[in-house]
Amino acid sequence: MKIAKAFGLEDLKLDYSTFKAIGPLVALVFLFILATIINPAFLSAGNLRNVLARTAFIGIIAVGSTFVIVAGGIDLSVGSMAAFISGVMIIAMNSISGYLGFGIQTVLVGMAVSVGVGFLAGSFNGLFVTKGKIEPFIVTLGTMGIFRSLVTYLADGGTLSLDFGIRATYRPVYYQLILGIPVPVIVFALIAIISTIVLKKTSFGRYCLAIGSNYEVAKYSAINVSRIRTMTFIIQGLCVAIATILYVPRLGAASSSTGLMWELEAIAAVIIGGTALKGGYGRIWGTIVGAIILTLIGNILNLTDLVSPYLNGTVQGLIIIGAVMFQRGGNK
Amino acid sequence: MADKLLETKNIAKEFGPVRVLDEINFDLYPGEVHAVIGENGAGKSTLMKIISGYHQPTEGQLFLDGQEIELGDIIEGEKNGIVMIYQELNLAEDLTVEENIFLGQEKKKSLLLDENKMKDETINILRELNSKISPGDRIKNLSISNQQMVEIAKAVRKEARIIIMDEPTSSLTRDEVKVLFDLIERLKQEQVGIIFISHKLDEVKEVADRVTVLRDGKQVKTEQSNNLSEAEMANLMVGRELKDMYPDKADGIKDNIVLEVKNFTVPGYVESASFQLKEREILGFAGLVGAGRTELLEAVVGLREKASGEVYQKGELIKIENYLDAVNHNIAYLSEDRKGKTLLTDKKTIFNLTLLALKKFTSPFIDHEKELKAYKEAEAKFEIQAPRTDMLVSKLSGGNQQKLGVAKLMEIEPEIIIFDEPTRGIDVGTKQQMYTFIKELTVERGKSCIVISSELQEIIGLCHRVVVMCDGKITGVVEEEDMNEETIMHYATGLRGVV
Repeated sequence: MKIAKAFGLEDLKLDYSTFKAIGPLVALVFLFILATIINPAFLSAGNLRNVLARTAFIGIIAVGSTFVIVAGGIDLSVGSMAAFISGVMIIAMNSISGYLGFGIQTVLVGMAVSVGVGFLAGSFNGLFVTKGKIEPFIVTLGTMGIFRSLVTYLADGGTLSLDFGIRATYRPVYYQLILGIPVPVIVFALIAIISTIVLKKTSFGRYCLAIGSNYEVAKYSAINVSRIRTMTFIIQGLCVAIATILYVPRLGAASSSTGLMWELEAIAAVIIGGTALKGGYGRIWGTIVGAIILTLIGNILNLTDLVSPYLNGTVQGLIIIGAVMFQRGGNK
Repeated sequence: MADKLLETKNIAKEFGPVRVLDEINFDLYPGEVHAVIGENGAGKSTLMKIISGYHQPTEGQLFLDGQEIELGDIIEGEKNGIVMIYQELNLAEDLTVEENIFLGQEKKKSLLLDENKMKDETINILRELNSKISPGDRIKNLSISNQQMVEIAKAVRKEARIIIMDEPTSSLTRDEVKVLFDLIERLKQEQVGIIFISHKLDEVKEVADRVTVLRDGKQVKTEQSNNLSEAEMANLMVGRELKDMYPDKADGIKDNIVLEVKNFTVPGYVESASFQLKEREILGFAGLVGAGRTELLEAVVGLREKASGEVYQKGELIKIENYLDAVNHNIAYLSEDRKGKTLLTDKKTIFNLTLLALKKFTSPFIDHEKELKAYKEAEAKFEIQAPRTDMLVSKLSGGNQQKLGVAKLMEIEPEIIIFDEPTRGIDVGTKQQMYTFIKELTVERGKSCIVISSELQEIIGLCHRVVVMCDGKITGVVEEEDMNEETIMHYATGLRGVV
């Protein structure tokens, strides 16, 4: 600080809290530079497109998780939910393709099914938490098991495959580039912008923060706590549905291992981004940066021989713990 | 006189550029009660935190038994026999009395806990304190006064030589205060020195041997309490002549009933309560702690489940299922629990101000300029002293928090305002502002108010009528001309009225 003062920089407030506020961004820039030094191929348009497109699934889900967590909840079921929605969506599209053919209308129906199931699954979580008055951790631990087992049942223990005719129609939703940008990345960006506005600029966002900060104060501020909390779980369900819509055309299949561990990656992205796990404080841009950081780590490990890609989880885990330590550092 | 137990020499404390304490020379003798009084923000808490080791002074020295000491933290303070009992009690709610008393310093028999020994000691301490609590009671099931008793028992067990009590009576009933004062008397005989912080000057006068007055971080006076009247103390605290605490009661109450509550029953708290509120009236709610006043009015505004009961607004039956319904009928409620229910302490002032009336600022997006404007207005109107507009509520003094809480309510422009213990734990100056404000609401703005208060002086000084509750029932309604402490107390204790 003294040095900053000597240079007349005190107005810039280059203190720990500022640094903390932009911490995730600093980490992202650092990883970018590191990746470029390790392997200049990192900066190729193809690789960057790949990184961002992969980030889109977890990123979109994590945006939903940000709302849930900010309002003091947690949703462990998102990975299983993604698998379940994929399964239902594939079955729905395969069965109606007999009537509607392999055209766009079948894909649209599939998307509608996905959104519908996401809405219902989110409502299920939300209502059990608010009306049933059960801890979000418990409810979603339960549905995590339920959704995963349902998709296994639907696939009869194997894999549900999308009919090849439909795949051809559906394929562009993942692989198409618009102005050089993959569709999932565009969708991700749109969701990020809308969510930022919702969290920062609407009364709903404000209420989420208030509930996460102190449930009682929210109640005494005439906020319908149950409704808002239920809505965060529904938003989460819808985000999972959208991520699934983008994911299904990539592989064209769903099985019991689809979306495995996504819940942890989504929560990790939120936390790395600087949102408080106990709720009451959060930011969408942080979550997005968090999601990109997680994907980047995997990408960097693939581009170098220094560390085995099998250690991806280790590096991610260390970064999560490190990020939280870093954020705690400032407050006693 | 014995040697000084504690002495501070020219203690000063700075937080960043702000000097919150300046040249404090405070001392304490064994067996003495030394009261520290001052408005919120005068530096009482900071001084106590320095004495207990929580803060370290920027300048000056601390002497214990004539020896200079430096306390790095409260643990070192406690090792030296200095124990602070905070206003917000520090107990583990889910643990038992005994577990709390020994928390962190459990007695052990080899590796296992020596439960019998701890239980015996707890029983002894509680008996010594004349308390009826049993060692196995869970803290969350105890009344606040009994929780406080546990805190004191903890201090006794630590063999404290200096006990700092921060507003110990703010949530106690009269009888409980008496028990506390007896206890203080006994501690004095054991040569324990007690630092007593309170806003209640009559109690200070009663219990303290000496009084130190702080104002704006400076030591204004230290004097034998016999030599100071309550009025003199109050004047020293605010630094100006404090005229009559309460504004004149205004006439102009209309006879029409703006709110009528019929046969309200709140399971476990209130039985079949009915009352009426007239237009432009200030209606008091008196009673002992636990009489059911808060529960009744929380149920009326939809913050609590009721078993039965009806609410009529201006003669019309209205349906209040939740607090939002009440707000939509222009009925607002200010909780007694400022930090737990009224304000988000980890959020900024503006965030809190507009939270209740947020719809007003949203179309469809929150208009931050409008919020800022509302804050500026509220800041001026309620004289909220916050150096910056984006301050966290936790950084405000209690009085300023309370003003912000009231300002938050007023954003919905309510017609009926219910204040639950509006002046608890705030300084004299802010109290007076609060009274003036409540009066102005009724006289100049034509609103009607309900004030729940455990301070009879406040009820008598402020209210036009008072509803008295005892044990979940309304035992009487006292008109202005009959209002005196004795009458109200009789109803409050069930000596008079239907129980």
